[in-house]
Amino acid sequence: MSLKLAILGAGAVGGSVLDLADDYGHDVVAFADSSSSVSDPAGLDPGSVHARKERDGVVGDDDPHAVFDTDYEVLIEATPTTLGDAEPGFSHVKRALADDRHVVLANKGPVAERYGDLRALEAESAGTVQFEAAVGGAIPVLSTISDLGPSHVTAARGVLNGTANFILSRMAAEGLDYEHVLAEAQDLGVAETDPSFDVDGIDAALKFVILANVLSDGDAEYRLDDADVEGIRNVPGSALDLAAEDGRTVRLIGEATSSGVRVAPRLVPQGSALSVTGTQNIVQLETTHAGQLNISGRGAGGPETATAVLSDVSRLE
Amino acid sequence: MSTQDIESESDTETDGSGELPQPHTIRLELVDEPGQLLSALQPIAENGGNLLSIFHERGNLTPRGHIPVEVDLECPPDRFDIIVDALRDAGINVIRAGAEHFGETVSLILVGDLVDTDLSHTLHSIEDGAEATVTDVSLSAPSGTQEPSSARLRLATRSGKTDEALAVVRDIAAEKDLHVVEPLTEGSA
Repeated sequence: MSLKLAILGAGAVGGSVLDLADDYGHDVVAFADSSSSVSDPAGLDPGSVHARKERDGVVGDDDPHAVFDTDYEVLIEATPTTLGDAEPGFSHVKRALADDRHVVLANKGPVAERYGDLRALEAESAGTVQFEAAVGGAIPVLSTISDLGPSHVTAARGVLNGTANFILSRMAAEGLDYEHVLAEAQDLGVAETDPSFDVDGIDAALKFVILANVLSDGDAEYRLDDADVEGIRNVPGSALDLAAEDGRTVRLIGEATSSGVRVAPRLVPQGSALSVTGTQNIVQLETTHAGQLNISGRGAGGPETATAVLSDVSRLE
Repeated sequence: MSTQDIESESDTETDGSGELPQPHTIRLELVDEPGQLLSALQPIAENGGNLLSIFHERGNLTPRGHIPVEVDLECPPDRFDIIVDALRDAGINVIRAGAEHFGETVSLILVGDLVDTDLSHTLHSIEDGAEATVTDVSLSAPSGTQEPSSARLRLATRSGKTDEALAVVRDIAAEKDLHVVEPLTEGSA
């Protein structure tokens, strides 16, 4: 069944959803960046939208909020993640649910910071909320938990920030210090100019907070403030050398367990499932009856994350 | 009371009043003569000890010219003193059979101004506070004391007490503004 999508957010993820929607049999009827929007009830042509953005810095002539007045069925919320009140993402979701539309989030803010509010709004709406893309990009973490049932998963741990993992694995492989490898990662576009969100563990923590919210299944609500977070800035090359002498390495590991959320650099055995290299991500689920499940893959990137968004859309059909 | 009842009661007693066996380490000094090691191990087995490992440093002599041997064994708590007494009765020189019973080892890395914050004091504080023994230390300070240095510690902790020991290490590190890279003890969560 073809669904009509409205996309908020014209970054790598929003732009990729626009490009790939047709491949999944869906039509994008509205598309907005932070200052403008464009709509077409018959479906937008991705090429001309991207060309307009490239040429004029806007996607169309309408106000961004005009997307809510179109005949869309699913809102794709792909604006940048914000902390605290998670605005403006949260208001976007609220508006769509009030209009009884479905919402698919790539934005982590509303799910990590206002999970209870989000679920309360969903309960009053005919629409549903999905957010597979907010955790681990292309890796089907939440759908796996949903299949198993949250009560059958006792813990989730793993590596969910490709930038921090790239830096740690390059430091270990090349014997270089943090600053060197960070500069290299920035040149390659793996790290942002301001890398703090990634290297201070905040991005990973948001994802594990979301996992904790999903696993607690309404028994407890977690926010970023509840997480115990330590980044990788304080891991010198000498620590990685000492770890390697002992057959280990250091990874920025997140944990969502019954005792809460924790993100910190941890010693893991070299070659173990959790010692993924480069920008690879992995999530390890501890199950009640089936041992450990490891799911790894690309945890970031436009087409990868768009794949998770469109899988969520397909689940709505 | 039936015969069966009496039997099951005495079974319980030989199991150390129901307490689980605990690991212990005994350090012995042996004279370099044939049969010495075997005669040292017999009193352990005969008194309910279960040998876990034997570390026989043949090339390494103690100041008295004897061979040091480290024996890891497991036994119910009330059996340990009996084993040590039996060894001494057999003429074996028991150098150390302290109250230490360490069952788990764990590696971690400390990062920070390890030298200026008195690494020796840090290690003693960990041993005292965490009821652990630091069995190995590797220090890496590639830039001397100018930049943060790293130390890998291996701790022997009491069985089931690793998480508590790590919490103590965290507190000591926090006092000295050091960072701890803790091991991921899978399945502990």
